[in-house]
Amino acid sequence: MKKWIRHYAARYRKECILAPLFKMLEAFFDLLVPLVVARIIDTGIRTGDRGFILGQCLVLAAMALVGLACSFTAQAFAARAATGTAASLRHRMYGKIQEMSCQTLDSLGTSTLITRLTSDVNLVQNGVNMFLRLFLRSPFIVFGAVIMALRIDAGIGLVFVAAVPVLAWIVFGVMRRTSPMYKKNQEMLDRVTLTTRENLSGVRVVRAFGREEAEKQAFRTENDALFEGQTAAGRAAALLNPLTNAVINLCIIAILYFGAGKIDSGALASGNVIALVNYMSQILVELVKLANLIVLLSRAAAGMGRIAGILDMDTVRERLEDDGKGDPARAVAFEGVSMRYGDGEESLTDITFSALPGQTVGIIGSTGAGKSTLVSLISGAYGATEGKVRLFGKDIKSLTEDRIHALVAVVPQRSQLFKGTVRSNLYWGRKDAPEAELWEALEKAQAASFVREKEGGLDAEIEQGGRNLSGGQRQRLTIARALLARPRILILDDASSALDFATDLKLRRALAAMEGTTVFLVSQRTASLRDADLILVLEDGRLVGKGTHAELMETCPVYSEIHYSQNRKEDEECPAEE
Amino acid sequence: MPRGGINKNKAALKRLLAYARPHRRDLAASVLCAAAAAACALLIPVWSGRAIDAMTGLKGVEMSRVGTALMCIALAAALASAAQRGLALANNRITYSIARRLRNETMEKLHRLPLSYLDAHPTGDLVSRMISDVDTLTDGLLMGLTQLFTGGVTILGTLGVMLALDLRIALAVVLLTPLSLFMAGFITSRTQRYYVDQARVRGEETALINEMVEGQKVVRAFGYEEEALKEFDRLNEELREVSRKATFFSSLTNPSTRLVNNVIYAAVCGFAAWLCMDGSITVGEMSVFLSYASQYAKPFNEISGVVAELQNALACASRVFELLDEKDQVPDAAEPAALTAEGRVEIEDVSFSYVPERKLIEHFNLKVEKGKRVAIVGPTGCGKTTLINLLMRFYDVDRGSIRVDGADIRGVTRHALRRSYGMVLQETWLKSGTVRENIAYGRPDATEEEILRAAKAAHCHSFIRRLPKGYDTVLGENGGSLSQGQKQLLCIARVMLILPPMLILDEATSSIDTRTEVLIQEAFSRLMKGRTSFIVAHRLSTIRDADTILVMRDGHIVEQGNHETLLAGGGVYAGLYKSQFSGVAT
Repeated sequence: MKKWIRHYAARYRKECILAPLFKMLEAFFDLLVPLVVARIIDTGIRTGDRGFILGQCLVLAAMALVGLACSFTAQAFAARAATGTAASLRHRMYGKIQEMSCQTLDSLGTSTLITRLTSDVNLVQNGVNMFLRLFLRSPFIVFGAVIMALRIDAGIGLVFVAAVPVLAWIVFGVMRRTSPMYKKNQEMLDRVTLTTRENLSGVRVVRAFGREEAEKQAFRTENDALFEGQTAAGRAAALLNPLTNAVINLCIIAILYFGAGKIDSGALASGNVIALVNYMSQILVELVKLANLIVLLSRAAAGMGRIAGILDMDTVRERLEDDGKGDPARAVAFEGVSMRYGDGEESLTDITFSALPGQTVGIIGSTGAGKSTLVSLISGAYGATEGKVRLFGKDIKSLTEDRIHALVAVVPQRSQLFKGTVRSNLYWGRKDAPEAELWEALEKAQAASFVREKEGGLDAEIEQGGRNLSGGQRQRLTIARALLARPRILILDDASSALDFATDLKLRRALAAMEGTTVFLVSQRTASLRDADLILVLEDGRLVGKGTHAELMETCPVYSEIHYSQNRKEDEECPAEE
Repeated sequence: MPRGGINKNKAALKRLLAYARPHRRDLAASVLCAAAAAACALLIPVWSGRAIDAMTGLKGVEMSRVGTALMCIALAAALASAAQRGLALANNRITYSIARRLRNETMEKLHRLPLSYLDAHPTGDLVSRMISDVDTLTDGLLMGLTQLFTGGVTILGTLGVMLALDLRIALAVVLLTPLSLFMAGFITSRTQRYYVDQARVRGEETALINEMVEGQKVVRAFGYEEEALKEFDRLNEELREVSRKATFFSSLTNPSTRLVNNVIYAAVCGFAAWLCMDGSITVGEMSVFLSYASQYAKPFNEISGVVAELQNALACASRVFELLDEKDQVPDAAEPAALTAEGRVEIEDVSFSYVPERKLIEHFNLKVEKGKRVAIVGPTGCGKTTLINLLMRFYDVDRGSIRVDGADIRGVTRHALRRSYGMVLQETWLKSGTVRENIAYGRPDATEEEILRAAKAAHCHSFIRRLPKGYDTVLGENGGSLSQGQKQLLCIARVMLILPPMLILDEATSSIDTRTEVLIQEAFSRLMKGRTSFIVAHRLSTIRDADTILVMRDGHIVEQGNHETLLAGGGVYAGLYKSQFSGVAT
């Protein structure tokens, strides 16, 4: 985190120097005010010089005006540095997210990334802004007041010298106690929010299982904890005002007491005593500001810590040397591949197979058998824990991401489109592909007819996440998008589940007709895989069958079970169903 | 603010006061402390003025008078500190207690609201009422309680003391200081649009962030990172610019009001010095005026801030009260009949619609014997899910009755009725917590062995074992990174554990592969031997074995019978069946 603070301080060096400088200039004029007032009393009133008093009052007004100009200048610099830093942090974090591996994305979860990109950055922006505006001003006024007091009267000035550390001790002591409490309270509030949201989204299940009382009880417990936390923090924070006020008032008493003695001996004028009291009040005002600022800063620092957690993440993937032992004639080859997520048991165990260019490879198995994991190893989204995955002979861990993207295109289970138009979504596959190719891809994906019917055709609007399309339409568009990338290896991860049988069949035929492209079809329907050159049957992460439909029906009991679960033995003649 | 808003706020304030009533003692303490603190804060400058006068009088320094004044200051200071502490503690207790009570009440309310309300209102809106509105309300209330009263007392006190000292300067201060308020108002009204701009662009960027971060895997799969970043940067730059303007212009308010205050200070200073020379006031009194002149504007500025904050808080409060005032679901029967729950279900002449204008289910009749398997098919919107809503009494029938084992379901408690059903919906819901907790959701006291047995029966044991921490893996909100099929399996395990006499499966296996589905159905029929079940599915293989198949269209049963008879009948079911198999013949 320190690294980033240094980085931005250097980047906005001019602003970081000028903003506090102008703020200090403004503060300097504030510090002069009690002196001018003292002169009005001690010189003006005593001598009865009305012209002098008028002049001094004009000086006060002029100082106020100059102070205003200084303040505006400082705010402008502070605003620029703060918003610039925030924009740059967002840019960097966004860039970092682009580099993250899928494992990292999974383990972090999207919601925390979004929070960090939005509210945490806002906290930092606010913190930087206020820091530049106030952090030097407040101490400057405090120490300036002490110096001024010492100049007026070295003896009474000592009261100030004693007061400042005591006040600082109180302010920082209270802060030190409260800030972890505030942090804990925020966590508890998040917890309460989560429970509320879950109770709402799961209300049918909660009621079906008759768990209302238990849920309410759990909520009450969390709510009570939040209440305790809030009042405890409130109690601790409620020490600040009374204590600082008590100290300040004590000091005022001391000033007046010693002042009286000095006036008696003629060593001090009464106007100066008033000036000293005024300086004391200024210190109090600034300390309160400082305390608020520190709350703000500690929240900003917490936000910055979370942001730095993302920025400092090591996202550079280690590239291994290729051992040169692969066979470039094979589009995909798995050599004893195993894979596990985190500390769990293996999701894939010892998988070995290879696929030639132009082949169609079917992958089938029960829910959770490892089908999606297997294809995500081909696309490089995840890395194998053991064994080697090769694309055209090269170890996938030796290929750059760009190289993998050029070879492999994926149509995921959940079809995800982005706000824009049909065209802008297709361009994801290949930027600025000519119109004819867009239609060709749409034809193959069986999407041309509905796109043609849409108002605007290729330029029809697509809402966020593709909400304005049906599930089947979304799937076909994501397939077209993948086809446009002209991949050597195309992966369809159960990507045609929302299509009716006839459309699915046409799609498969169009894909099979693609020369030289190896197609991986993940499916739950044996009928969809009938024509595949190779079918991989997975069960609990193991490869339990490998071959064509006809072979597997003979040799692989899991496969034939799947087949019969969809096609009754007795009506074998009437093949699959949806 | 429109008239209605003011009335609403008034009503909300009244209700809030009712919530404060149990804290009468704290409230009294708060008022008392606020008055004491403000009064003491006002008296200290007066006494210090007197002390100064005692030093500068014609008789030289009168130490005894100085001493008396200092004693008074010390007393006032001690009292002020004590009162400030008392004020803060009392206000903390009042506001946080009210917040806790409101949160608890909204949660209680949530579980009393009819599903018709919850279905019609977006979750986000309800969550924001229950959490952020209560939170904003708390902040506003705390600030309001602390500053409104203190500010009022301070203003009145200042005014009184100044008037007592010198009418002319008092008038000058009173007339000049509100200028800073006008200044603040002037700037705020002119910078408002920058804030609006900032909020708009920020919203746009957040939407983009949401979409892109959630689609991150697709972004990567297509190597679209640079494009995505470019698009993001365009908005990001725009946001930087508007928020720079908003930050800068909004930061002008404070220095500008300070300028006004400083100029007034200079004027009061000159004026007071003038009067001092005439001898109409003393130097000590002048010092009182000066310290008041610098402080007098403060409560005004604070109060205008507090009023805005309070208005906001009251608006939030009325949103919370609106929720609390929603109509509850019809209460359970006063003397509920016992439910034997064998599994006989009779639906007699039932009519129901969500909105009166659009009739849905009309004159619906169905008799299900114990242990029978009823399947419901039909196109989207035909009333399949509605039937489940009625069976579970998530909604009440408009006409007619539903009886379980002869008892009208409105005559038994909802709890008893629902516990006799096991329900698995297409929309899976899991709680954030461990896998184990989720399976045991319906029976938290289940033993390890029972949990494992349920998990195995639902065929999720093998994938659970492979999760990072097995059964102790903590699932994020709504199942975290589990696949849809895995989530459905967990929901099935959850039902397998409670073994209810009746079963409702609404597209419960839609995301599960057919082979596992067959295995699960075997498990179900083993576990559910003699139990009644209702199954909604679009896969015809799922329902082929049902004892009764209901074909629904537009809220009516258009056909009823088993697979063979319906197929032979050549009606709607036969058509559906054929359409699912068409295309295969090619």
